[in-house]
Amino acid sequence: MTTETYTPPPLPPPFHNTPSHQMHLITQGAEAHLYKTTYLSPSTPAALKIRPTKPYRHPILDRRLTRARVLQEARCLVRLVREGVNVPAVLAVDWDINNTNNNHNGGAGGGADDGRGNGAWILMEWIEGCVVRVVIQRWERYIKSRSASASGGSSGVGVGAKRQVDGEVKLQDNEIEEEEKKVKGLLRRVGAAVGALHKAGVVHGDLTTSNLILRGAEEPAAEGDGEGVSPDMQGEVVLIDFGLASQSIQDEDRAVDLYVLERAFGSTHPRTEPLFGEVLEGYRASYRGSGSVLKRLEDVRMRGRKRSMIG
Amino acid sequence: MSAPLLETIHLSHLPPSMPVHVALYRDVQNAPYLRQQLMSANAEFEYAFIDASTVLSRTHLLSAVFRAVNDYMNGRLKSRNVHSEMVFSLSPATNIAESFRKFGITDSTKDLLVVKLSVTPEITHDSVAAHLGQSVEGTPVPFDDETLSKISDIAKIKKAYKLGALNTAPPNQANGTQDNGMRRLELSVLGAIALRGAT
Repeated sequence: MTTETYTPPPLPPPFHNTPSHQMHLITQGAEAHLYKTTYLSPSTPAALKIRPTKPYRHPILDRRLTRARVLQEARCLVRLVREGVNVPAVLAVDWDINNTNNNHNGGAGGGADDGRGNGAWILMEWIEGCVVRVVIQRWERYIKSRSASASGGSSGVGVGAKRQVDGEVKLQDNEIEEEEKKVKGLLRRVGAAVGALHKAGVVHGDLTTSNLILRGAEEPAAEGDGEGVSPDMQGEVVLIDFGLASQSIQDEDRAVDLYVLERAFGSTHPRTEPLFGEVLEGYRASYRGSGSVLKRLEDVRMRGRKRSMIG
Repeated sequence: MSAPLLETIHLSHLPPSMPVHVALYRDVQNAPYLRQQLMSANAEFEYAFIDASTVLSRTHLLSAVFRAVNDYMNGRLKSRNVHSEMVFSLSPATNIAESFRKFGITDSTKDLLVVKLSVTPEITHDSVAAHLGQSVEGTPVPFDDETLSKISDIAKIKKAYKLGALNTAPPNQANGTQDNGMRRLELSVLGAIALRGAT
């Protein structure tokens, strides 16, 4: 683990009032910071996605881009919640935080009034669970440790390791089959979740197994935790991170969504890649119209995700 | 007139100096009088008076309050003050008068939610409780989801948020269909509140 000396930018209002023990920076991307915080009451967890302004952009352009992107994301999510798709609900949004803070909040923004905004944020429902990427990676390690020559006692060394009687025993063929059935079931549910999303008229734009949460699945508390145990794969698949999502019902956009997932899956889970077909089967069964998207997917595979060659 | 069951709530992320005070009444007898005080902009009666049948849950009401207070702190109120803004914030639409008609107190309101924000340090739990105690003729009841669920008019709420088509029984989800449907309705409503006025 790396030591964190990074200090994130000051929080925009109203979050500059929030005690720091109720604000935990979880992750940060190029466009946004994600915090775990609370909504309304300290007992209700929530995810806060803050898009800070980018100082290198022209102030007016920056304001428009930030606003447009936050609203795009929020609109997609609200629509999906209405349609009953498993995504985090939008609890609150601010797409245009004032820079010229008035007397009520001690001037968190500051700076000259050059038309620059102060970023934007979305508060979302907190989804408890574990990202599908981690679940599959744990599963892959489990299978590896229990199959063929690998069963030399490499798993389960060190403090707190689970010492089971059959801890080092190779899996029988029928057990491996059972294990594969379990992952296949998960992958089908992934496909069904993507299908539900597309059926509702939204494409995600950045589908990876890191943007899927298996609700209720236990997060490994520490490195190597839960090793040697086949991970639980019960629970709903919830789609997250709609930062690049848009509303579309085009076969092309849908097929590109699947293609992006397929490529990401192949590089993240090489051992499980042969089972990716299960995702597509789950997708096929999820709504009418999936067939033509899967047909289109074959074209996309031939040429890559850019059709137009522009940009 | 009976003493109100006034609840004082500190909402996450809002300044600790600005708690909100919420009271719920049933069988209110003097709704026309209370509404008249609002119409005449009587400063003594600067409250959010909300027809409780339009509110699903605590979260529903408090989300509107949160939005109104955030807009207040950002200096972008659309209506007269933060209290009228709370009523307006319940609405998914940008028409202020219409939001008051739909969500605000009417002459026939029987179940009433009252919200007051401590905009100045003089406004305290006790001062609000005392004033409401002598102004609202009704039966104070606890501001909780159980009580609200007896009061809320689901059909009216669905209509107000244009969620009539929302099939409250969600597809391909086996367990707890009824609860799931209500949860989905609530979350859809929160989304509509959050996105009001987005252009």
